[in-house]
Amino acid sequence: MTPFTELSALACPLPLENVDTDRLIPARFMKESRDKGYGRFLLHDMRFDEDGTATDFILNHPRAKGSEILVARRNFGAGSSREAAVYALVDYGFRCVIAPSFGDIFSSNSVNNGLLPAVVSEQDAERLLALLDEGPDEIHVDLERQRITAFGESFPFEIDATWKIKLLNGWDDIDLTRARHDEIEAFRNAYTAAHPWTRPE
Amino acid sequence: MTQLPRTLFDKIWDAHEILRNESGQSLLWIDRHFVHEGSFHAFNKLNDRGLKVAHPERTTGIADHYVPTRGRSIKVVTDKVRSVIEQLEHNTRAHGVSLFGLDDPRQGIVHVVGPEQGITQPGLVMVCGDSHTSTHGALGALAFGIGASEVAHVLATQTLWQTKPKRLRIKVEGRLRPGVGAKDIALAWISRLGADGARGYAIEYAGEVIRDLSVEARLTLCNLSIEGGGRCGMIAPDEKTLAYLKSRPLAPGGKDWERAVEYWRTLNTDEGARFDREITLRGEEIAPQVTWGVSPEEALPIDARVPDPALASSQAEAARIRDSLDYMGLIPGQPLTEVTVDSVFIGSCTNARIEDLRAAAEVLKGRRCKVPGIVSPGSTLVKQQAEEEGLDRIFTEAGLEWRESGCSMCVGMNGDQVASGERCASTTNRNFKGRQGPGARTHLMSPAMVAAAALTGHLTDLRELTR
Repeated sequence: MTPFTELSALACPLPLENVDTDRLIPARFMKESRDKGYGRFLLHDMRFDEDGTATDFILNHPRAKGSEILVARRNFGAGSSREAAVYALVDYGFRCVIAPSFGDIFSSNSVNNGLLPAVVSEQDAERLLALLDEGPDEIHVDLERQRITAFGESFPFEIDATWKIKLLNGWDDIDLTRARHDEIEAFRNAYTAAHPWTRPE
Repeated sequence: MTQLPRTLFDKIWDAHEILRNESGQSLLWIDRHFVHEGSFHAFNKLNDRGLKVAHPERTTGIADHYVPTRGRSIKVVTDKVRSVIEQLEHNTRAHGVSLFGLDDPRQGIVHVVGPEQGITQPGLVMVCGDSHTSTHGALGALAFGIGASEVAHVLATQTLWQTKPKRLRIKVEGRLRPGVGAKDIALAWISRLGADGARGYAIEYAGEVIRDLSVEARLTLCNLSIEGGGRCGMIAPDEKTLAYLKSRPLAPGGKDWERAVEYWRTLNTDEGARFDREITLRGEEIAPQVTWGVSPEEALPIDARVPDPALASSQAEAARIRDSLDYMGLIPGQPLTEVTVDSVFIGSCTNARIEDLRAAAEVLKGRRCKVPGIVSPGSTLVKQQAEEEGLDRIFTEAGLEWRESGCSMCVGMNGDQVASGERCASTTNRNFKGRQGPGARTHLMSPAMVAAAALTGHLTDLRELTR
């Protein structure tokens, strides 16, 4: 996975609460293989009418073109555990979402795909949305210092300590865990000896 | 040394912690894992790395999200749907994982089948690539939903990295009024705390009302924990739990049962254990709930009116309400009982167990519905049981379709969808925009309330109907 250290990129405002994963990628697209990318499904039913015509949704505006950062309101990525919601964001070109809160499973899915879920205060999210409302500009995200700089203002953000290390290094859990095989085996033996009924038939 | 008092959650967490890293994340041992059709991303990841499933005996495959409900022939589905079902068959076979496939008599929705088969047990850590895995906590398991990368991790290692959540206890004291059940308790707390109100918390439900709930009702309550943002929801096992589990096909038997029970009896929150947050609801104060918007937090008692954005406390709230009402096609101030519906759906991992079907059938018995709808039992065994009790005839004589078991119209993946602009009274768990199909309008409520809406053609106060 590509490490995430710093990012200077255009940001797109999405002033909505509870943008759930069903909206990020409607269920009917999830049977597709990812070979051709999931970017085309991102927020599909907000970007397109039922007859396939592009709407005036922000992502269809010229100003959103090339955005790699999304700023939203509370509870972004709530709902279903579908990692496809993150695939859609990543394949579309997003590398960071800034919001006051995220769905738990969405956050861990993001980190597992190199997408930074940056948690800011409600107040700072509103300030960023207001600033972005005036026009596009580059935002700078520094993961090491947990700082966002935009329009000459600076905002702190939060991220789980382990997730920060994973993102900074582009680490993959499976490799890290497999390196602890002996500890896992020792645990398993002790655990199943103490709880023999948990052994499947 | 005397041990500090611990919560139910902490006892299970501690028993499964293999190690903790420098930044405080724990590597947890996973007792049981379920995979459904959506697991193809995870299996692809495993195959790309040339890895095998570390403990195939600890994973169970179940076909539910994409299965057809009009009969069991895979021929009736579209090529792409068939391909997803076949990938599950192929992946489980290739990795030696058992599968409750389309033709298996044990097939059903994963969160109905797990408890039904006795796979779900107190004290286990259970995961599945599905957010409603919180359901299994009703039997005293620590169970939560995970994403595809984590599914691949569990398949490869039988472990998972987790940051320990905080603890929230939701107590419901007193007693419930007639016509009120687990679905109403859930929507009541979620509308009070918000759809992210329990984010970062492991929830334990406790109190008199919870003790009085049946195991099936507890499954409904824990199922909806994720809709309030909770990592998991759980209830300490008691005599009801043991009675429910005894003799289930995959529950421990013989000597193992005795040992297990001895351990399970220790799985409760110690006197004096600390929660990071506690809230208490009074059972008597909970009325039958319905959602009016596009998030489960947008729920109200059935005798309330549609919210008015002009009365909102902030501009952001007003904007959210306006957006929800616009999508739902509702008028501010309109009594909820005047909202007409086009169809109904009874099904899903939330409310399609035998007690749910009985509750809906009791309302419908001998009557005709004003609107069409479908009933999809939570599992093939639930379907069989319902047919033995004659419930299928009550539904069909009332004008509803009696279908096979699957996730069906809760998520619309198999093609069972609500048409655009149409309004559905549904026993499911999400009223998100487009959840039941593009442009579909969903109102969540209990099975009995859905049955009442089916009879009258509008959202209905069950208590008025049965009075």
